[in-house]
Amino acid sequence: MPAIQSPVTDEVHPDVALVERAKRGDTAAFEQLVRQYERQIFRVAQHITQNREDAEDITQDAFLKAYEKLDQFQGNSKFSTWLVRIAVNESLMRLRKRKTSKTVSMDQDVQTEDGSIPRDFAEWRPNPEQIYGQGELGDILRKAIQGLPPGFRTVFTLRDVENLSTEETAEALGLSVPAVKSRLLRARLQLRERLSRHFRQKNGGPKP
Amino acid sequence: MNCTDFLAQLTDYFDGQIDRDLLAQVQAHVRECHHCEVVLDTTRQTISIYREHEIYEFPAELRERLHAAIMKKCRGGR
Repeated sequence: MPAIQSPVTDEVHPDVALVERAKRGDTAAFEQLVRQYERQIFRVAQHITQNREDAEDITQDAFLKAYEKLDQFQGNSKFSTWLVRIAVNESLMRLRKRKTSKTVSMDQDVQTEDGSIPRDFAEWRPNPEQIYGQGELGDILRKAIQGLPPGFRTVFTLRDVENLSTEETAEALGLSVPAVKSRLLRARLQLRERLSRHFRQKNGGPKP
Repeated sequence: MNCTDFLAQLTDYFDGQIDRDLLAQVQAHVRECHHCEVVLDTTRQTISIYREHEIYEFPAELRERLHAAIMKKCRGGR
């Protein structure tokens, strides 16, 4: 910890001024917010929907919705968290439309413990970056996250890919902190298990 | 601490939100239990590999197209 630290309460997030200007009709201020967060919103939407076209539509819709509802943003949370929440809702709605027979919600797939209890206890040696090239590694990572239930994928994306805090993740998803923690644990363990099929130490045998 | 207790502490452990007593217990368990040591190490790698790799591309062309579409919608929408 640095010895001299400015009091946290005096620090106003730079987005606050931009949001205020945008609320008064300053499109350039809103455009700056779009520039800042379009990459993140697209990434969140693509992680949840696993579909590039859907992610493009969702990114557009999420920013339009945010623009239209800007007056409702009270500033109790960060603008980015509020925006992520809109994008998550749009993404889950898109998934629901895609699978008409099955409901997709944050509560789905969380009842069972299956798939979270570690079964693979092999070490990852040498480490994955030493075994696989960027392209191949990317394929493995994409396929592994694709296999997670949407509710787990969403929590993992916000917490571990986007680096939101547990509290911000809870806020963006409308979940309690303990619910986020429990889903995050299962998501991390399921992903670990999936990656382990590729990364586990081989005993001199051929690559699968 | 047994393996089930260890798993229950894993999220707080990675998030640095574990209190000192429990942290010591987790560390002691991992020293004794090779399975949990592997789970700890490979879960840590799982998190860091996703943090360090952009798994979806966002080329400049897509960014510009998307940005233009967003601003067009917003300018026409309010």
